[in-house]
Amino acid sequence: MTADTPGWETVVGLEVHCELRTATKLFCGCPNRFGQEPNTQICPVCTGQPGSLPVLNRMAVEMAMRIGLALHCRIEPSIFHRKNYFYPDMPKDYQVSQYDQPINIDGWLELPSGGRIGIERAHLEEDTGKITHVGGAGRIHDASHSLIDYNRAGVPLVEIVSRPDIRSAAQARDYVAELRSILVATGASDGKMEEGSLRVDANVSVRPRGSTEFGTRAEIKNVNSLRSLVRAIEYEAARQIGVLSDGGRVTLETRHWDEAGGRTTSGRTKEQSEDYRYFPEPDLVPVAPDAAWLGRVEAAMPVLPAARRSRLAQATGAPGEDIAVLVETGLDELVLAAVAAGADARTAVNRATNEVAGALETGTPPPPATFARLVKMETEGALTATQAKTVLADMLRDGGEPEELARQRGFEALASDALADAVSAVIEANPAEWERFKAGEAKVAGFFVGQVMKATRGNADGGAVTAELRRRAGI
Amino acid sequence: MTPPAPGSGSAAGARPGRSAVETADAVRAGRLTAAAVLEEHLAAIEARESELHAFNLVLADRARAEAAAVDESVAAGRDPGRLAGVTVALKDNLCTRGVETTCSSRILEGWKPPYDATVVTRLRQEGAVVVGKTNLDEFAMGSSTENSAFGPTRNPHDPTRVPGGSSGGSAAAVAAGFAGLALGSDTGGSIRQPAALCGVVGLKPTYGLVSRYGLIAFASSLDQIGPFAGTVADAALLLEVIAGHDAMDSTSLDAPAPSLLEGLDGGVEGLRIGVVSELMDGVEPAAAAAVEAAAHALSAAGAKVDRVSVPAAVYGLSAYYLIAPAEASSNLARYDGVRYGLRSEGPGGSADVAAMFAATRAAGFGDEVKRRIMLGTYALSAGYYDAYYGQAQRVRTLIIRDFDAAYRSFDILLSPTTPGPAFELDAKTSDPMAMYLSDVCTIPTNLAGHPAVTVPWWPEGSGLPLGIQVLAPALGEAVMLRAAAALEAAAP
Amino acid sequence: MSPESRPSISRDDVAHVAHLARLTLTPEEIERFTGQLAAVLGHAEDVAALDLAGVEPTAHPLPLMNVLREDEVRPCLDRDEVLAQAPAAEEGRFRVPRILGEAP
Repeated sequence: MTADTPGWETVVGLEVHCELRTATKLFCGCPNRFGQEPNTQICPVCTGQPGSLPVLNRMAVEMAMRIGLALHCRIEPSIFHRKNYFYPDMPKDYQVSQYDQPINIDGWLELPSGGRIGIERAHLEEDTGKITHVGGAGRIHDASHSLIDYNRAGVPLVEIVSRPDIRSAAQARDYVAELRSILVATGASDGKMEEGSLRVDANVSVRPRGSTEFGTRAEIKNVNSLRSLVRAIEYEAARQIGVLSDGGRVTLETRHWDEAGGRTTSGRTKEQSEDYRYFPEPDLVPVAPDAAWLGRVEAAMPVLPAARRSRLAQATGAPGEDIAVLVETGLDELVLAAVAAGADARTAVNRATNEVAGALETGTPPPPATFARLVKMETEGALTATQAKTVLADMLRDGGEPEELARQRGFEALASDALADAVSAVIEANPAEWERFKAGEAKVAGFFVGQVMKATRGNADGGAVTAELRRRAGI
Repeated sequence: MTPPAPGSGSAAGARPGRSAVETADAVRAGRLTAAAVLEEHLAAIEARESELHAFNLVLADRARAEAAAVDESVAAGRDPGRLAGVTVALKDNLCTRGVETTCSSRILEGWKPPYDATVVTRLRQEGAVVVGKTNLDEFAMGSSTENSAFGPTRNPHDPTRVPGGSSGGSAAAVAAGFAGLALGSDTGGSIRQPAALCGVVGLKPTYGLVSRYGLIAFASSLDQIGPFAGTVADAALLLEVIAGHDAMDSTSLDAPAPSLLEGLDGGVEGLRIGVVSELMDGVEPAAAAAVEAAAHALSAAGAKVDRVSVPAAVYGLSAYYLIAPAEASSNLARYDGVRYGLRSEGPGGSADVAAMFAATRAAGFGDEVKRRIMLGTYALSAGYYDAYYGQAQRVRTLIIRDFDAAYRSFDILLSPTTPGPAFELDAKTSDPMAMYLSDVCTIPTNLAGHPAVTVPWWPEGSGLPLGIQVLAPALGEAVMLRAAAALEAAAP
Repeated sequence: MSPESRPSISRDDVAHVAHLARLTLTPEEIERFTGQLAAVLGHAEDVAALDLAGVEPTAHPLPLMNVLREDEVRPCLDRDEVLAQAPAAEEGRFRVPRILGEAP
């Protein structure tokens, strides 16, 4: 039984928690920094000391507004509520969150493949502290005791809740990947799933294909990568189809993704769920962005991935996968600048997608104008493709001007006269092979190209040699 | 002109006949040392504290150091500030860095806060000398200070009686001359009710006028810090010092501290004063009579006095006992044995953290606190929110509307502060509802967020004081205090 | 306040509420609190019974809005001072007994 069992449809809604890249926490001036010594980024407010009071971070609100704008939400007057439950990672034993009046409602996200996923809401809330289980190999149930670090407590989060519009694990992955690029583009998130700055919970249900009713869902927690997300949804959908096919019923519950075991395990059923006793947080006042504030935030919005993709597609006509890679890696600006400077679009896309994107971890992309000159040298025949790649690698590693680097490497693409001379010489020296080529034995072309390369010490362009051979043979 | 210190019929006796205003003037001018002032108060504490138990902690050594610093400052030609050398007692729910702050609860026994409340910082900046932390009903929940985990405070005028509550220790400290001034907190009357029962002035400011940062929360939308003083002028002085915007409190009004002392003796000529009918019903005849007498006195001083109705005020008590416990149930969740205060493992030791939470809270909270946490949890729980908490919030709207209507015709309002004088210890401890009724006259102003002050009124031939409550619209402190000063001057 | 006008808060309700509030209560305490809470809720029936449709709730006495602070770092507390107040600490962290239930 698998998730794509005929006759069944998977329905997914995602809740993505995004840690905001503010300098300080949501309600106090403690630094919002990952990876510090435990309990060193704390103050009376974020440790819930008696008598302390929250004061809202303006930048967190603005980042939430940017996210709302990027997801085509309505930005509304909002208030904070207290969500009351006891847990040791929560310093006040309530979480300050937005409940029935969130800041962003009713938006949508456009997938790169086309199609829109509805966004129900994107609201502000505070993060909890971090628990370390001691003993029992770090597993919660076998631990002897636990230790708590409140550095993360009070870090601002935006929780983005999608509508149950997603219909497959792959689409869920595409949604999260696209959401991630949007969040990074707005400057609100660093997008690092592995550090927990993006955390995904998936509500998964299945239903007979053609049905318009939703099945009972399970909420899958602890999904920490795109790969896990796909595996977890596929596993869970298949499990539910199995249960239903056997005449059973799916339980409304929380389930945990067990990465090592490749399965979801039952957690808390919703019957056991807490009564959160939400009520308006009396220590905070409403946030209602006025037109002027909203206008300032709107004016400062960057161009978002969807718009960047269509802009790049229009300028280059490159295939969708290349466009997606370039926008995700932020190299679209480089390509656009090169094209604007007169470089061949296809060559610019190829060099950026293959060489530059591949070296982003270790190298620094060249300035657009410099990149444009390199691409032009290649398209105008001053450098062969192989030489252009070599020069570009030098530029990525050490910087520098393409003309100068090419000279240092001794790359001087042959002028067409020199190329014609070299081809003539090789034909003369190998008459038998030439006859075979003329007779239509295409693979002999490789022999001639090799010979010309040898004769020119690699300065000839393979494509140009083949073209010259074919011209002379009249084919 | 400083009004004379009241309490001429008082049995308290030991209160120095010098107001805080006079003390600060004399210390700033070098005519009196802060050290001498402090020693007078410490002597009064020495004489009667064991009998009254106003304090959870007397800070004699720290206070001596602070007084010495004030005197050095004067000697060096600097101005120590508007409260130079004035002793102040702090309710033990105000955070003092490194100094035990307990809320009179076992659950916070021994807790030393890592920071100072904003009001504490402001007192120090103005040269005040903090003499100690005063007793209260646990987490400010009560009207008699009998709910303290550390034993009750007694009324200085009759130690068989309660001082009122929850700020009973602060009221008793000022009445007994243990301190020149005190700070308390008022959620439903916790400053005004004990001030009335102890024969001192007690003031609840407009919500948002004084920062709550560092006040251990009971009910956040109702709590306000305010002064206890021997005179109206002293209360005005202390309020001037503690009032004003604080960036650490989101509910702090973004306005400068009001000027209150100036114009205090302006009188009540032409002032329109309404006696609130609903708050006269159901109080003891003596309390109603005192208000009538006070109204008469103000009328004689030139005010236009009439009756006024604030119909929704009758729902105040019910609404309060839903809203305040609801907020409290959440505010007090943090006492879970993890970060500070008591931890109890329960019998046999806690197997897990949830058991530890429940054992800690069972061992650390007293009955009244548990009762209110449960009441509030119930009022917020699924299925009851709309009927209880939501409904109480709507009543709050009605009360604000009705007060607004009354203030269209009147500048200030008048009522008894309490239904009667101080009652005997244990008289109401077994009947929570009877105790709750002590706050019936003070609660409506908390729900509205308005200011109110109580002025002592000693009925002829009675050894126990009553209080006259003067109510004003939001930020009406200046006119309210002007009327209070006139009442003080006219009081028997 | 007549007994029949009181809402019926039961011992089970009180026990449930005590669980939500993380308070261990003895059977005697549950019994006593049931009666006391019923009395207070009975008094609150006057409010619960009012027809207030169309009246907006007041969560806050002040009409404040958009109270915000700038995103600027302020000094943190000293870890040792904070942990010194904790009932149990270990390796710079707050120590608690093992956690059986998961976070909601």
